[in-house]
Amino acid sequence: MAVARNYKDYGSALWKRIFLTRESAVFAGLIIVIIVASVSVKHFAAPITMTYLLLDITPILLLALPMTLVIITGEIDLSVASTAALASVTLGTLHQGGMPLEAAALVAIIVGAIAGALNGFLITVVGLPSLAVTIGTLALYRGLAVGLLGTTAVTDFTEFWKDLAKSKIGATAIPSVVILVIVLAIVFAIVLHFTQFGRGIFAIGLSPEAARFSGVHVERTKFILFVLSGGVAALAGIFYTLRFSSARGDNQTGLELAVIAAVLLGGVSIFGGKGALHGVLAGVLLIGTLGSALRLASVTSDVINIITGTLLVASVVSTSVLAWIRSKRSKPGGRKPETVPATKS
Amino acid sequence: MLFQNLTRSSGARRVGAIAALTLSVALVATGCAATDEPGAEGGGDANLAITFVPKNLGNAYFDTSDKGGAEAIEEFGGTYDEQAPAEGTPDGQVSFINTLTQQGVGGLAVSANDPTAICDALNEAREANVKVVTFDSDTDPECRDIFINQATGEGIAKIQVDLIAEQIGDEGQIAILSATANATNQNAWIELMKADLEANHPNIELVDVVYGDDDDQTSFDKTAALLQTYPELKGIVSPTTVGIAAAARYLQTSDFKGKVALTGLGTPNQMRDYVTDGTVTAFALWNPADLGYLAAYAAKALIEGEITGAEGDEFEAGKLGDYTVGENGTVLLGDPYTFNADNIADFDF
Amino acid sequence: MTTLTTSTTDSFGTRVLHGLGGFAKARETGILLAFVLVVAAATIKNPNFLFSADGFRDLLLTPSILLLVAVGQAVVIITRNVDLSVGSTLGLTAYMTGRLFIDFPGIPIIVVFVAGILFGGLLGLVNGALVAFAKVPALVITLGTLYIYRGINVAWTGSDRINASDMPKDFLGLGTAQILYIPVLTIIALIVLIAAGWYMRNQRGGRELYAIGSDPGAAQLYGLKVTQRVLVAFVVCGALAGLAGVLYAARYGTINSQAGSGFELEAVGAAVIGGVAIFGGSGTVWGAAIGAFLLFTINRALPILGVQDFWQRAVVGALIIGAIVLDRLLALRQTRKLVEARDND
Repeated sequence: MAVARNYKDYGSALWKRIFLTRESAVFAGLIIVIIVASVSVKHFAAPITMTYLLLDITPILLLALPMTLVIITGEIDLSVASTAALASVTLGTLHQGGMPLEAAALVAIIVGAIAGALNGFLITVVGLPSLAVTIGTLALYRGLAVGLLGTTAVTDFTEFWKDLAKSKIGATAIPSVVILVIVLAIVFAIVLHFTQFGRGIFAIGLSPEAARFSGVHVERTKFILFVLSGGVAALAGIFYTLRFSSARGDNQTGLELAVIAAVLLGGVSIFGGKGALHGVLAGVLLIGTLGSALRLASVTSDVINIITGTLLVASVVSTSVLAWIRSKRSKPGGRKPETVPATKS
Repeated sequence: MLFQNLTRSSGARRVGAIAALTLSVALVATGCAATDEPGAEGGGDANLAITFVPKNLGNAYFDTSDKGGAEAIEEFGGTYDEQAPAEGTPDGQVSFINTLTQQGVGGLAVSANDPTAICDALNEAREANVKVVTFDSDTDPECRDIFINQATGEGIAKIQVDLIAEQIGDEGQIAILSATANATNQNAWIELMKADLEANHPNIELVDVVYGDDDDQTSFDKTAALLQTYPELKGIVSPTTVGIAAAARYLQTSDFKGKVALTGLGTPNQMRDYVTDGTVTAFALWNPADLGYLAAYAAKALIEGEITGAEGDEFEAGKLGDYTVGENGTVLLGDPYTFNADNIADFDF
Repeated sequence: MTTLTTSTTDSFGTRVLHGLGGFAKARETGILLAFVLVVAAATIKNPNFLFSADGFRDLLLTPSILLLVAVGQAVVIITRNVDLSVGSTLGLTAYMTGRLFIDFPGIPIIVVFVAGILFGGLLGLVNGALVAFAKVPALVITLGTLYIYRGINVAWTGSDRINASDMPKDFLGLGTAQILYIPVLTIIALIVLIAAGWYMRNQRGGRELYAIGSDPGAAQLYGLKVTQRVLVAFVVCGALAGLAGVLYAARYGTINSQAGSGFELEAVGAAVIGGVAIFGGSGTVWGAAIGAFLLFTINRALPILGVQDFWQRAVVGALIIGAIVLDRLLALRQTRKLVEARDND
């Protein structure tokens, strides 16, 4: 007869569960980078650095939020940067044609949502693999963006909105757009970690079949996620356009790589089913801070790209290696508890 | 078991989330409370750290101009640096300008990819007491202190139109191979060329303007496409050194060599081969090194407070002599110069 | 392509008809037809497209470089992986080619070719090792190496570039030389294509690649050396990208740090359009080659047909999506037919 054992014997200590997670490692890395940079890089510890840093990473942060959810379900969306560019071009073209900026922005967000819906349709209804679809839409949306404007850029936007994009909160160095990002991040975090919908997302990532049999609407969930991805990408595109006052088909080329790198660095598993939003936030901040510090130290952007690429590869390989080590360490039948009660009942 | 996993992970997750929030607040607090290191060493001694920000890297024209700037900076004891994006996009220059503002340089010499896109970044730089000189390609006058123009726009446009008209017998179809679609100087010159053609050369038809993006491969492919799309084409004008070099290279190995005229703005070193073997008869330019040299001296004069960029200000520019600031804060370098088989051996840039 | 088993008692004529029927239904034929249509349309509008010496040469020449990259990409995709770093590999090898000629004047051209292929193969080996041994999805690895290789390229190049005048005339002459009106570069590409096609179809190694792509788990259980084959696939892809880099240097002469960027998208697009399923296990390198020609020719034909060539990328994206939708529909039909056949037995 089985010996009654306390479930606590199978758990690990609380401090281990907090500080030995992947997300904490990224946070630790972030703190280390900030400290080292503040000490060794001239001008890093100035408020204006934080302003530029936050403005620079806002598009990446915005894109990373829905991307996290998409990757956790086991899919991927490579078309986010192209959707952002398409929204940016829509905004520029409509505004140039005389539409007020607010209305044009609304249309741009709708365009982004439609773009995401097309992705979602092809993936959930037609049943195509998301990698292939989003490679195709990456080209298609970017092509539409470039086609609409050629290689010109619309650079004339209402002063009010341009200033708002770059304005700061009161007298601090923090850009106001951070408020928007934090609100969105909290919403996404709540949805992912504290709602049934979010649990469904994890379930789909771990096993779509099991999720379906458990009552999760797999197709509907994925479709919603891709629409969200497109809409938020449009937001990021609008912000980028207003910040640089340049709506151009070529905007933000290659941004999807930075987003995926940050998401994977933050502990989200590429295979799906695992990940947390605070890790992703730390990942984005880490890559952004590292880039900012290196740029200030006059390191050229190619070296920064090499470092970003290496971080991406290392983070994924390390997860694999750790899993391999763990599988070697665990004995068949699971870990035995520390104290083995010898009595039979 | 399942329930335990949920408790374990959600418990840890909640604590993790709180930790995350605390750390984020800590990060924000660090930034706010950090000692405000002065963005630029203003006041006392002049900060002669001048950085050149050309349109893009890997462009022979800017290599020369920036070298001229470096020479000037060495003469008056400043510090030289060059930063630019790899591709000539409007927003590409912004992050470099931002970084330079943070680093507190004394002056910037910028050749702009777009008249308005970098305005905000430049104005932020000027607020931080960085002097801004534009050269070769201007921005809106409100965003910079002085613009060093290599020659008048009309002069540059006219000389290219005259050259092509001469080479095709003043009649036929021509096309323009430009750089990037937003570049201020390119668009200004193209408009002036169109006006000149309409007024003075009624038998010449401008059929197309294509953009090579100041990228060699793109310009090469666009030339090939032009020649195929317009079989009656008799001449190509390329007011960009990257474009004319790529177009010449394509023409050299094609059937159209000698049948389609090519002119524009090119550097002698890049074009020497093509002039020698007859692919190109003549082209124009000025001395980019002088342009960079003058820009550096103008920056120096601004930093030291000698001039403010107002009309009538005078400053001296080393071996080039004295210069006066004209309308709209513009300083004129000189006149464009024609290169052909007779004189191309005399130059090295 | 399914081949129905023919009994050996069929007459020769029946077998020929079967073969022809298979050929006609083959995906590759469809693409070939599309290619012919595009060329015909452009030539009707402007006879110079095909019939001038320059036009014919350009038609064959420029796609040859993409052909090599697309063939390598097809091999990798067939194994259910993807290699996004080929563009960076091409740029890096092209720059290395120029540097070899500058730093070692008088170096024989054949040595440069070999060096380019080896170097490309080495870069591919890095990718393959990470994918095969660390069991990390190729998407992520090659995303990272795309950054890393491009960063190395830019760092090495600095703000220089290789000029056409830096390279020997014979080498540049290769770029436009012709044998019997067919450019030398195209001949090289065709030889590689024939070799690859033969290997993939008739050699055991090639067949095993298809097996691995169709079902990696089953291939493992069956005893195929999955790790080794995947490694080889990536090495081949890298080597072909390296060869393409050398040819690029010969064709364009001037090489800057951005050479080859964007090629990976075109290569994947060419393969997908040519019938190589993104999920691995089907498609041929012939299809990828025709896809490469189709893509480049569309790019050339668009301005002649009066469409601004800004729309080229949108056309590519639409074609990719169309191709994978078509693949899916065909696969569904296939499954249905097989189920019927099984039920009818």
